[in-house]
Amino acid sequence: MIPLSWYLILAALLFGIGLFGVLARKNVIAILLSIELMLNAVNINLLAFWRYLTPEDIAGQIFTAMVFVVAAAEVAVGLALVISVWRRRTISSADELDLLKW
Amino acid sequence: MEPIQVVFLIGAALVLIPAVMVVTRSNLIHAALFLIVALFGVAMIFVLLEAFYWAVIQVVVYIGAIAIMIIMAIMVTRDVTGETHKSFNKNVVWAGLLGLLSVGTLLWALNEWPTFSAEVQLSPVDSQLVIEELGVMFFSGQGYLIPSIVASVLLLAALIAAIKIAFPIKQEEEE
Repeated sequence: MIPLSWYLILAALLFGIGLFGVLARKNVIAILLSIELMLNAVNINLLAFWRYLTPEDIAGQIFTAMVFVVAAAEVAVGLALVISVWRRRTISSADELDLLKW
Repeated sequence: MEPIQVVFLIGAALVLIPAVMVVTRSNLIHAALFLIVALFGVAMIFVLLEAFYWAVIQVVVYIGAIAIMIIMAIMVTRDVTGETHKSFNKNVVWAGLLGLLSVGTLLWALNEWPTFSAEVQLSPVDSQLVIEELGVMFFSGQGYLIPSIVASVLLLAALIAAIKIAFPIKQEEEE
């Protein structure tokens, strides 16, 4: 049998990798990829807790549905923003998006 | 070590090694393809958790829709091979430290929690009943009808916003 702690350690490591990617990557699309990794770590946690602690209560799976919906919405709007910025200024690096900086 | 534990470790390697490649490759197409491998690994973990419905949704929604959409967006923008730009900004050392710090804090906090090390007895679940209950709960007033409607409205709003934002620039705006 797989202990619950293995799933939690896996999710923590995946979340840490995603966090590093969000903070360190230059390209906007690479940052979106890293956000996907972090959301997947959350899903592993939710389903592991559902399976091990409350298998009779379906709420854990409902939360997973919400994470999926938010991930789809986030990636659709994020990529639209990337394409819009690309059309207007031909840049795809987060460092060059400094119009609001002073 | 039991066979199921070996399967878990293979799944974990299939998640973590491609995940590291996703955040380090400077070629964005390679990064997106490694993301697909990592998402398949997560689907494998879902199967081990007996959440079969979510394993299928993971493959259909994440790999079938989100990953393909990301690859399309990479192809319409420049610098996909990353040859002209470095992949990391100047915060890379701090980002690495913060990533390690967050993993360390999470593991420390989990270690303090008594159930973390305790042997939890798995009660068997009937996966067909689980899927039935999930469907009923999504659309019953006693269950999660309002959250599922809110989620649908959120998706619709996001799609309309995405169309509006990505629409070609009008002639007057360019002048």
